[in-house]
Amino acid sequence: MTDTPWDPSMPILEIDQLSISFFTRMREIPAVMDFSCKVMPGEAMGLVGESGCGKSTVALGVMRDLGKNGRITGGSIRFKGRELTTMTEEQLRQLRGSEIAMIYQEPMASLNPAMKIGAQLIEVPMIHQGMGRAEAMALARQIVEDVRLPDPDRILQAFPHQLSGGQQQRIVIAMALMSKPALLILDEPTTALDVTVEAGIVDLVKDLGRKYGTSMLFISHNLGLILDVCDRLCVMYSGEAVETGNVAQVFDKMRHPYTQALFRSIPLPTAHKTSRPLVAIPGNFPLPHERPNGCNFGPRCDYFAEGRCDQADVRMSALPEDDRHASRCLRWSEIDWDAPLAKVVTKEKAAIGEVVLKMEDLKKYYSVSSGSFGGGDEKVVKANETLTFEARAGETLAIVGESGCGKSTFAKVLMGLETATSGSIRLFDENVQSTPIQQRNTDTVSSVQMVFQNPFDTLNPSMTVGRQIIRALEIFKQGSSDAERHARMLELMDLVKLPRAFADRMPRQLSGGQKQRVGIARAFAGGAKVVVADEPVSALDVSVQAAVTDLLMDIQRENGTTLLFISHDLSIVRYLSDRVMVMYLGHVVEMGTTDQVFQPPYHPYTEALLSAVPIADTRVIRKRIVLEGDIPSAMNPPPGCPFQTRCRWKDQVPNGLCDREMPPVRQLQGAHQIKCHLSDEILAGMEPVIKLAGE
Amino acid sequence: MLKFLIRRISVMIFTALVLTFVVFFLTNLPPNLEKLARSEGSVRMTDDAVASWIVENGHGGPLLGRYAEWLGLAPGWTLTDEKGVTRGRCIDVYAEAGSAPTFCGILQGNWGISTFAKEPVGDVLGRSLGATGWLMFWVMMVMVPASLVIGILSGMREGARTDRVLSVFSIASTATPEYVSGVILLAVFASVNAGLSPLLRDWGLLSDRTLFYGTATSAMDKITFWNFALPVMTIALYGIGYISRMTRASMTEVMTQQYIRTARLKGVRFRDVVLRHALRNALIAPFTVIMLQFPWLLNGVVITELLFNYKGFGWTLVQAAGNNDIDLLLGCSVVAVLVVLITQLISDIGYVFLNPRIRLA
Ligand SMILES: Nc1ncnc2c1ncn2[C@@H]1O[C@H](COP(=O)(O)OP(=O)(O)OP(=O)(O)O)[C@@H](O)[C@H]1O
Ligand code: SF4
Ligand code: SF4
Ligand SMILES: [Mg+2]
Repeated sequence: MTDTPWDPSMPILEIDQLSISFFTRMREIPAVMDFSCKVMPGEAMGLVGESGCGKSTVALGVMRDLGKNGRITGGSIRFKGRELTTMTEEQLRQLRGSEIAMIYQEPMASLNPAMKIGAQLIEVPMIHQGMGRAEAMALARQIVEDVRLPDPDRILQAFPHQLSGGQQQRIVIAMALMSKPALLILDEPTTALDVTVEAGIVDLVKDLGRKYGTSMLFISHNLGLILDVCDRLCVMYSGEAVETGNVAQVFDKMRHPYTQALFRSIPLPTAHKTSRPLVAIPGNFPLPHERPNGCNFGPRCDYFAEGRCDQADVRMSALPEDDRHASRCLRWSEIDWDAPLAKVVTKEKAAIGEVVLKMEDLKKYYSVSSGSFGGGDEKVVKANETLTFEARAGETLAIVGESGCGKSTFAKVLMGLETATSGSIRLFDENVQSTPIQQRNTDTVSSVQMVFQNPFDTLNPSMTVGRQIIRALEIFKQGSSDAERHARMLELMDLVKLPRAFADRMPRQLSGGQKQRVGIARAFAGGAKVVVADEPVSALDVSVQAAVTDLLMDIQRENGTTLLFISHDLSIVRYLSDRVMVMYLGHVVEMGTTDQVFQPPYHPYTEALLSAVPIADTRVIRKRIVLEGDIPSAMNPPPGCPFQTRCRWKDQVPNGLCDREMPPVRQLQGAHQIKCHLSDEILAGMEPVIKLAGE
Repeated sequence: MLKFLIRRISVMIFTALVLTFVVFFLTNLPPNLEKLARSEGSVRMTDDAVASWIVENGHGGPLLGRYAEWLGLAPGWTLTDEKGVTRGRCIDVYAEAGSAPTFCGILQGNWGISTFAKEPVGDVLGRSLGATGWLMFWVMMVMVPASLVIGILSGMREGARTDRVLSVFSIASTATPEYVSGVILLAVFASVNAGLSPLLRDWGLLSDRTLFYGTATSAMDKITFWNFALPVMTIALYGIGYISRMTRASMTEVMTQQYIRTARLKGVRFRDVVLRHALRNALIAPFTVIMLQFPWLLNGVVITELLFNYKGFGWTLVQAAGNNDIDLLLGCSVVAVLVVLITQLISDIGYVFLNPRIRLA
């Protein structure tokens, strides 16, 4: 091998003007253009940007694993001074896994389902260091311990499907660390995981990076996570790096309009909607082959200057007074970066009206049989336990909790897709509890509607958008003639702020955000009184999320709709809801107004949830509470308090009460209620999890 | 696992009963019985005589009862005629009227007498199954490794030249039915005046009349490469094409999985990526297919055995059907049903074994 000596003061990874294209039958798709970045030893470099901007392509380019149709078309990648772009397969093979390791988004898919965990781990040192089997196994055991997995011996003998998602991701990390690589590439390592699990993984990655002195390239679309993990960051837009610098500078002294717009479009749990309204980035992300002339961000940029920004390609220019801070904007020095937001009209909140929905002691149990060939014991999964609450007209009630806590079951019961096991649901005093949706009258059906998580699955791909909305109107018996329904459809298009011309488009011709708008239009077609939005924005890009969120709130304001907003994203919940209900394993553990829930006293689970949310604000000081272990299975919940297996306050409750007895629902001030045994004094002494520096 | 086995086996027995009953019903339709009466008795029997022959030889009475007799769950029929001679299902088989057992169906090992071979059905079946067993054995020996290797080689680098060449071969071979490929093979390798043999003879490389034997009858006594290769290839070719396509599809899919990329980016050699990471996952689907091929191969066996005049199971089946040999036909169907069901069971068990994600209660 051509080993040019490399001294540790040089960058580990140096990417210079890298361009990568994918070649399809139709055209060349330039996925990455003129991308440069440097990662120093021990440094963690973040790569942020919206979906499709080329983050993964950069990572795979470094690994030289671009598949059959991907090719590096220009530039260089140097790893420890050695040129990667011209290496032979054999040289690359020796580098991969030993010096550069990569971790991807979906842990389950990255582990071989037919091989034991141990066998997959020991492979790495056996290949690269020629280590013996027993020795490798001992090392694997130690690393599994390092990634804080319980019972390493059992885990080494397990198959991937026997572990939870979080455990699998830890194994993938362990695998990457087996030969102590100099560079670790993490491609959205936590996107598929719950926030509390994510917090644990992020902590682990940071600690291990420090312990082994590994440099990292950390890819994420979540600015908060980048702030948590990285020293430096690089913002990508449409295949280019638009701004790079150290994290503090880019967060507090951004010098590119896209970065600024990105920060303005994400909600922060520290700020209230009135003090810091969200500003969506107008327009859509250009496809790689439809990029505009000149600056790629031009068409969406507030500072666009005709005749300048749309001429030649814009180059990266260094900001002289800062530390390796650079921006790809012609006008960075002219823009007044501290100018306050153009006054956004703060809209009056609709008055909260009558109670429209009332649930009492609602329970939903599923009985499932274990064993894949039928038979086995019947087990009961308690998806929802005694839910009691009411929602009023014009109110937004958020339901938060991690996967499997019963949020979606609750939505299904309310929608009538499932019947409740017991309890009652009253809608305008009509008891709809056990009426399946086929038997509900159209009035009830049209007054409770749902917006789904994934806009891609819920639209009929072979029907125009307008037709689908008209179908919904027909089902809800709206309008008396076709002409009337057509007119109403156009009104709905206006309502969701889609151009009327889009009525003739097919769903595939729309972007994700636009599809979600169509979904919202359909939900409101019948003049819904209650809309259940199940993670309506989590599948969308940050810049689009803000627009869709605002849209929902606008419609609510106009129609006085009751919005049940199901989400795991506490930032957005803080931003738009009036009241919050926190669920854990089917139980409502805390409920109150948004301010009550976001401030102490907390339920211990809410506290942990809040502390796990990554916040993209350098001023925030967060107390880290990392929950140990995974969420217990709903099939066999722990005895006593459902949260007792992970609760850090448990020992403050005398006599091991938490292990034995289900805590009662307690009323605190106002309508704030908590399901916990903790005494009033301890609750009163709780400190806020999120604080602004200097507060 | 035990519970699973018990359940599977009881389902199997039930299916076997239903299927054999259907066959029993079809072979015992009145026209068949009349034909039997005329061929066993006399061709010129009156219709009345035929009817009484049928009753006197135990083919009368309710169908279900006769089915139970045949199974050996009901006592065999007996009949004492006016001369005082007692005949019966079991007595015909075991000479002495007095010492004959009451039950004598297939469960007691009594499969009846073949009217065509004039031998107990058990013997005929045993002999022909043995012959077919050898044929199948060699077919499997050729087919399974060949098709897996072809499938894996073409699937590991989709679209590469190896893939394209092998794919053409396997598509061509599945598209050719046995009676076509058999005839082609015969023409090319075993014809006195066509194909390779005359050429080789002209060059003095061949002293026999043909390169391979055109019939496999001699393989009944001693299997040699020259008398067996053609029938084996005839059956295997089709299967090779089919299974290798399956293996290829499954392999290409596995090769695009994330965990293969993980392995590659761990620095695993390409060879080991294929052998250690892809192979087992890629074999899950074809394994089932291979097992399900077994019963299907019976089909090819019939054609091939006829073509090569090899007196195996397929040949016997055709003779039994052609000669209205009810007992033999029934025996053949029992065997066929059992083969199908047992291979299915093995395929299920193997699937569970290969795929750790399926855990048994
Ligand atoms: N194999 C491929 N063939 C053709 N185009 C591709 C291929 N892989 C990626 N692309 C295109 O390259 C661009 C960059 O994709 P990439 O996967 O790098 O985005 P990303 O930033 O990682 O997005 P995400 O956040 O969704 O993971 C996209 O426009 C994508 O459609
Ligand atoms: S170059 Fe012009 S269009 Fe591009 S980001 Fe800067 S100001 Fe906006
Ligand atoms: S009841 Fe006990 S275990 Fe449950 S949340 Fe309260 S303190 Fe924790
Ligand atoms: Mg990606």
